[in-house]
Amino acid sequence: MSKAGWIRLVVLAAFFGAVEALCRTGVISPKLVIAPTAMVEAMVKLLGSGELNPDIRQTLSSVGIAMGLSVTGGFALGCVLYWLPPLRRTVDPFLAAYYSLPHFAFYPLLIVIFGLGALPLIVLATLFAMVAMIMATLSGLDRIPRVLIKTARMQRLSLPAEIWHIRLPAAAPHLFSGLKLAVTYSFIGVIAGEFILSTSGLGHQIAYAYDNFDNRTMYGLILLVLCIATAFNLLVFAYERRLARQRGQ
Amino acid sequence: MTAVRTLRGPLLLTLTLLVAWQVLHQWAGDTALTAPLPTLEHLWEMIGQKRFLPHLSETGLAFLQALVIAWAGGVGIGVLLGGHRLTGEVAEPILVGLYSLPKITLYPVILLLFGLGMSAKVAFGALHGIIPVALFTMNAVRNVNRTYLRAGRAMRLSPAQTGWHVLIPATLPEIFTGLRIGFSLTLLGTMLGELFASQRGLGFLLMTAIDLNDVQTILAIAVLISLFAVAANSILLAIDKRLHRGAAA
Repeated sequence: MSKAGWIRLVVLAAFFGAVEALCRTGVISPKLVIAPTAMVEAMVKLLGSGELNPDIRQTLSSVGIAMGLSVTGGFALGCVLYWLPPLRRTVDPFLAAYYSLPHFAFYPLLIVIFGLGALPLIVLATLFAMVAMIMATLSGLDRIPRVLIKTARMQRLSLPAEIWHIRLPAAAPHLFSGLKLAVTYSFIGVIAGEFILSTSGLGHQIAYAYDNFDNRTMYGLILLVLCIATAFNLLVFAYERRLARQRGQ
Repeated sequence: MTAVRTLRGPLLLTLTLLVAWQVLHQWAGDTALTAPLPTLEHLWEMIGQKRFLPHLSETGLAFLQALVIAWAGGVGIGVLLGGHRLTGEVAEPILVGLYSLPKITLYPVILLLFGLGMSAKVAFGALHGIIPVALFTMNAVRNVNRTYLRAGRAMRLSPAQTGWHVLIPATLPEIFTGLRIGFSLTLLGTMLGELFASQRGLGFLLMTAIDLNDVQTILAIAVLISLFAVAANSILLAIDKRLHRGAAA
């Protein structure tokens, strides 16, 4: 590991160690933050007891569906916009301002259209995450070096071959950052929806634990969500690393 | 002529959205979605009311404070990390990791730490905005062309002169992009913060309207926030583009 890597490890360990010590000695009240080891313990206990399994399953499947839809849909829409510059110029200001719109205001509308349950949450999260993927696809396609496309012409590649062998690999780094954003935004969409307007799911359970001053459960659940999101991000990151190494970068 | 061309896209988009809204209204009915015109009238009427102003100023004030913290803090952290190589290498993966966490899950923690009210909203908004600003600033400072600095030294510029004449112009375009993204995310964070556990502000009005299923008010507030977001974003985007063009020339 590099020098920076070791220092990072020490800094993180020192941070969590300090929080742990402050919590255990009671400087930080357990009413605010519980010790990191207690959070892990709470998470393991929650997972072991199995009482939250339906909620975990519901949230994860909603996030998974929203992620799949937003990544494929965002990629497809990004390609369409790339091939149609006039359309792109028209929707550009909308895309740029998209993430400052109050999406949750449209939740009641979604409930009326799609009914109660997981579906409006999935739609909300998909709409929320898709635009990140659209923008990533566009910037990826925009930044393909001209040389590569000229090379493809010289080799007389057919259009599908050009897309598969040249354009997609060249745009891959941007597509991956879009993928990572889509994961995060799917989580935000589903869990924020569950916080305010749902009677089940991890977001609801976190809000419920908060309302009941049940800090153990709350921190256990928060840690669980963060672990799942981080695990997925690390997976994408590892794959990205491997691709980069294959290309000798 | 150029004015017509630059305005054509946004105008077309607005028109399309209005038509889509009207069509959706016809399809879904008044209980789900009120028509555009009555909604805008309702918004106008709401703005005229005396009890609306405190909510508006509460949200505006929270957003402004969060924005100042996010911008100043982000630029400060970014300059520090960009200026010192090892510190930057240690901190960058941590920042990227924090950036990709679904921060919404941390909201109960923020509420516990800051209590109900203004400071929690400000903290949550700033939390969303500060990391992208820091990341963009760090990259901007790190990528300053060494030749510029050497030229500055050759001309015997004082540190203050180097800062004013070399560093600021060289880093400004990139930093401004960070500030623009930070703006959107801070707005998102502040609004999310107001939706849960808040007693004043536009988010609170929105939640009350959702509870009462007062569709007209929901849409009116959504439109108001959207208009603000889109307008502010277009201005920032225009400045951003101008700065980048100036830097390229």
